[in-house]
Amino acid sequence: MSAPTDLTATQQIAAVRAGEMTSAELVDAHLARCEDDRWNSYLALNADAARARAREIDAMADKPPLAGVPIAVKDALVTRDLVTTSGSRMLEGFRPLYTATCVARLEEAGAIVVGKTNMDEFAMGSSTENSAYGPTLNPWDTGRVPGGSSGGSASAVAARQAPWSLGSDTGGSIRQPAALCGIVGMKPTYGAVSRYGLIAFASSLDQVGPFARTVADAALLLSYIEGRDPMDSTCVGLREPVCVPTATDLSGVRIGVVEELMGEGTDDGVRAAVREALDRAEHLGATLVPVELPNSRHGLSTYYILAPAECSANLARFDGIRYGHSSADTDNLTEHYERTRAEGFGAEVKRRIMLGTFALASGYYDAYYGQAQRVRTRIAEDFDRAFESVDLIASPTSPSVAFPLASRTDDPMHMYLSDTCTIPISLAGLPSVSIPCGLDAGMPVGLQLSGPAFSENRLFDAAHALEAAIGFDTAPPALEAAA
Amino acid sequence: MSARAYEAVIGIEIHAQLLTNTKMFCGCALSFGDEPNVHTCPVCLAHPGALPVTNAEAVRLAIIAGHALGCEIPERSTFHRKNYFYPDLPKAYQISQFDEPICGPGRFRYLTEGGEKELGITRAHLEEDAAKLIHVGGDGRRAGAEQSIVDFNRGGTPLLEIVTEPELSDAADAAAFLRQLRLTLVQLGITDGNMEQGSMRADANISIRPAGSTGLGTKTELKNMNSFTFIERGIQAEIARQTAILEAGGTITQETLHYDPVTGEIHSLRSKEEAHDYRYFPEPDLVSVAPDRAWVEELRASLPESPVDRRRRWVADSGLSFEDAEVLAETRELGDYFERVAAVAPAKSAANWVRGELRAQLRERGQEPWESNVTPAALGEIIAMAEAREVSMPNAKAVLAELIANGGDPRAIVEAKGLGAISDEGELEALVDRLIADNPAQVQQLRDGKDKVIGFFVGQAMKATQGRADPGRVGELLRERVRE
Amino acid sequence: MPRVIDADVVRHVARLSRLALTDDEVETMRAELSGILDHVDQIQSLDLAGVAPTTHVIHLENVLRTDEPRPSLSPEEALREAPRVAAGGFSVGRMG
Ligand SMILES: [Zn+2]
Repeated sequence: MSAPTDLTATQQIAAVRAGEMTSAELVDAHLARCEDDRWNSYLALNADAARARAREIDAMADKPPLAGVPIAVKDALVTRDLVTTSGSRMLEGFRPLYTATCVARLEEAGAIVVGKTNMDEFAMGSSTENSAYGPTLNPWDTGRVPGGSSGGSASAVAARQAPWSLGSDTGGSIRQPAALCGIVGMKPTYGAVSRYGLIAFASSLDQVGPFARTVADAALLLSYIEGRDPMDSTCVGLREPVCVPTATDLSGVRIGVVEELMGEGTDDGVRAAVREALDRAEHLGATLVPVELPNSRHGLSTYYILAPAECSANLARFDGIRYGHSSADTDNLTEHYERTRAEGFGAEVKRRIMLGTFALASGYYDAYYGQAQRVRTRIAEDFDRAFESVDLIASPTSPSVAFPLASRTDDPMHMYLSDTCTIPISLAGLPSVSIPCGLDAGMPVGLQLSGPAFSENRLFDAAHALEAAIGFDTAPPALEAAA
Repeated sequence: MSARAYEAVIGIEIHAQLLTNTKMFCGCALSFGDEPNVHTCPVCLAHPGALPVTNAEAVRLAIIAGHALGCEIPERSTFHRKNYFYPDLPKAYQISQFDEPICGPGRFRYLTEGGEKELGITRAHLEEDAAKLIHVGGDGRRAGAEQSIVDFNRGGTPLLEIVTEPELSDAADAAAFLRQLRLTLVQLGITDGNMEQGSMRADANISIRPAGSTGLGTKTELKNMNSFTFIERGIQAEIARQTAILEAGGTITQETLHYDPVTGEIHSLRSKEEAHDYRYFPEPDLVSVAPDRAWVEELRASLPESPVDRRRRWVADSGLSFEDAEVLAETRELGDYFERVAAVAPAKSAANWVRGELRAQLRERGQEPWESNVTPAALGEIIAMAEAREVSMPNAKAVLAELIANGGDPRAIVEAKGLGAISDEGELEALVDRLIADNPAQVQQLRDGKDKVIGFFVGQAMKATQGRADPGRVGELLRERVRE
Repeated sequence: MPRVIDADVVRHVARLSRLALTDDEVETMRAELSGILDHVDQIQSLDLAGVAPTTHVIHLENVLRTDEPRPSLSPEEALREAPRVAAGGFSVGRMG
């Protein structure tokens, strides 16, 4: 039998239920890998509480559905009494007073949080290099970034430090790191999962979603976190329960291919791997249809107005009065605010706050924020039109594979371009999954499949069928070598 | 130029805390005067990840208020974030409303001794109140304090902000409008209207312009006045200040001011921070409110008569004086009580008795009429007996006192205590004859035309009959007999 | 729409954002913001008259909460993470 950490979450649950393994064994095996954290996946471990909970579950005759299987949680989700920083100096040592709804649901179902994962500060970034606590390294090549902002949640799953994890996606922060780390990452329809307890970056875009090594695990995880929440007015849940996917072919499925994302700006190796995956889709019975999303090329501009604008307000609460970093001994209020925030926030966060404040300021609102909201309407309409003739839309998840550490940190705009493929879908609020579809120079490539709002089940089915056909090995060779 | 050469243009903004059980966007209970920070949660402390959820009751109360203000209730209403940093605002934005308020334009009619007037309502919108800042050390003000402390109990209390058109020109009208607006909202259970505790606050925007002109002068904002008297005086003082500046050839600066009721002076609330740029944008954490139209109409239809309408009706239909009507409309209960008395007794007498004798006698007990032993029917009975001269006025008051003390039926009390007026003319005549015989000196004075002395005889008559004599009839008989 | 990001605009926006910036940071920020705005300015030229702005991607309305009290935090809990506490409240220090 393989090592417990190589098992998928579904297999781990089955093993516990069959009495072949205990929750304590699973938790210990994963914690051992977490404690030897060569990738800086974790910001905090929940070792004692996790072990205690595992013993509790092992003592139960009637086990909860998730049977004491470990999970890693992005540090953007608050966990009661467990230090939560959102990757920021601003929240160093902050112990939340409550637990995010999605995490609480998982805990209730018998999942055990082993730790909180590293991320770009306040989820702003595409490489996890913006963490105040050092970058996360890609388990496929520790000289490269894992993507971001949920880089720690992606690397933890790729490096077998957890069978699955939670991330959050605003403009691609689950899908892009999933692609770069060779695992499955899924952003649900906006409103499917409660945002209560997700430290807000851009409220109208933020969604919590699963990372896993299989599509089936991702679907299973989503089934436990989706659903209405009286604490989140924008959360409606899915319209039908999530089914664990079983499809083995794609007959009758029309897949729209975004040619704009398959041309210039996308690396050749990425394009080749995605083409090959699309060929397999055709062999499985899918019809490929070229689709145009003419306004999507404005996605990046629209996103970099709307998201910073919302973040400028969302991050205004960090004022050093009720919690978090506070500048010592200031003489007046303005100085207190300005120094507290200058000391607590990193460069990228400041840049986005400035950008967003500018976009909302008197005299600029209509030209920037107002205009961006209108482009957003147009982008969403493009998708509506496309979905009249196709069931799913396919594209690369990221125009390139994982890039070397520090290669883009000096050029914000270059970094932002990492998200061109994922942003339009976020702006339209649509469900989207990234599955590994091949390698480019030894690094994983992600295929992004997106569907109409609330089409999660169809999306999982297609991703599952393709996953089997592709047969990607999610174990990073570097990991074997290091082990 | 004389002061009369200018006219004032005044608009009012009212903030009323809504009488809900919980805060605007979280489940914390509302409170006043509790220990600091006992009514907080992650939402109203703006902890990371917390989200607002709109209180349905606040929406309901706002719509009722809108109806009472004659406002349109738009199909759709949305929330915006109003961004500014201050320690009493934990998110550093206030959730408020901007271009789509819960209540659209309306008109509110109010009564003055000079006649009925009307003031345009621009809008009324929902928002959340700020927390309370306590300045420790120094003289309790922000400047010079050793430190300031925040108590979040009040933070997030639902507020309705009502904005009027700048259509007032007179401080007294502004106060009359505000009094009647307050009463209307209080009687509908929308707010407790307690200005001293700050559950209702008013700001006035004031400018002046040459009489008869139509342009608008530079306006100042007079902040947070906590009584109607202060509002009236504050506005007067600000009009006088602006007039003096213009007459001296100066110009008015747009600024926020504070009226000090103790000194009667106006101070500038200068802030060291630059002018605000609130960067309003739609609140992405909340969805729009689109109240069901049938429900909106139902709320409008079930609106009880407003205190202003009541007063107007009492004056027009029942002949009450302006003042009687004003006093009786003060609370819904008092008005209801009066109306029940007036149903069985003449309205003017009912008004006199309720306002006067009844309230005077109850005051010692700290009771309100509707809480007392005196049912409206019983008071009506007393009034009827007094008006029919079946009991004298002093005895009518005595019956009332007995009712207050022990309850009962007025007629039974009159019976039992023998307080009924002497209806036998012969008995009264005999009494008068006896008084004439016993008091020759006073009789002589009466003959000499000193009418005042009648009071002496009436007093004697009341004494002799334990108040059962009809004082009027005693006087008449006395005159007849003496002049014979 | 003419747009000039000069140091004064950067300082004004930094003040609105309550971020202390050194002169060097002002210059870096000016350059970076200008670079980003050069890119995002492409949407300025789109004619979107009559297009409704999107605030929410899913159509939802009237999500309301019944007016029932929920338990509040104890003051100890509420103040637990506060950097400075005095007299049962969150201390702001000297406001000046
Ligand atoms: Zn609360």
